[in-house]
Amino acid sequence: MKILVLALKEIFGLFVDDGALALGTLGIAGLVAAGAQMAIWPQEWTGPALFAALAALLSLSAWRAARR
Amino acid sequence: MLTAQALSAVSAAFLASLVEVVEAFTIVLAASVVRGWRPALVGAALGLGFVAALVVVFGPLLGQVPIHLLQGIIGVLLLLFGLRWLRKSVLRAAGHIALHDEDKAFADETEVLGGLARFQPSRADFAAGAAAFKAVALEGLEVAFIVIAVGAGRGLIIPASFGALLACALVAILGAAARQPLSKVPENELKFAVGVLLSAFGVFWTTEALGGSWPGGDAFLLVLFAGFGLVGMALRQALAIDRRAATA
Repeated sequence: MKILVLALKEIFGLFVDDGALALGTLGIAGLVAAGAQMAIWPQEWTGPALFAALAALLSLSAWRAARR
Repeated sequence: MLTAQALSAVSAAFLASLVEVVEAFTIVLAASVVRGWRPALVGAALGLGFVAALVVVFGPLLGQVPIHLLQGIIGVLLLLFGLRWLRKSVLRAAGHIALHDEDKAFADETEVLGGLARFQPSRADFAAGAAAFKAVALEGLEVAFIVIAVGAGRGLIIPASFGALLACALVAILGAAARQPLSKVPENELKFAVGVLLSAFGVFWTTEALGGSWPGGDAFLLVLFAGFGLVGMALRQALAIDRRAATA
């Protein structure tokens, strides 16, 4: 049982290190999904919008961590 | 003929697994140095068996999930995983957090197991085996997740598994020959490359799951690799300059 709990913790840690980065990633994915569902922008913009938002989030997260 | 996606799946699984397998090897080696190869190999074999059992039990469930939903879930998991590694490797390269040190990990584990062998010799073999089991089971689970994450969304489990097995074989051969921690493996550079690959895969698959498409199809993955690579390198440079300015 102990090893399973440890394994689950390790798996969680595989995806989440900085909580703000993880929440931001999920938030961006959710917003882009909503935008695509509501056809706010043309379909071919979905990928570039996701890439640009995530690149900005990564930069912000790394910059904030460096300043701590 | 391998497609761009299959080739990328092999590369991503190989590089990511290499990082994890090197870490597991360090612990197994430490256990073997303190108590001999037998308990270390038994622990490692049990760890592999544990991972294999989980894959056999839970693997077929993946087939039950609709491919569109699977792509979306895996796309987001890849984004979480890839961006995490990319961020960490950028911060390490710029000197904001310490680099991972296999020699130190080896020395720490050897010291712990050596201390136990001195004070509780009757439990020493068990402890060495348990350490090897834990390392192989946990790192092995991570490798299994990497293979699933890289391969399951597009039926690329076999190329991804091949990449992971190649990494295991390479570490086993190099480790057996060297008999010391594989500290010369450029862990941070690998993490950076894997972060770039997985983030690009994540954006690609999440977009497809949302009904979006890419000009040029699979080949656009190369553009995404370049995009995340450039962002990562620019961040490394900017943060390194910022650090130098702060310490000057």
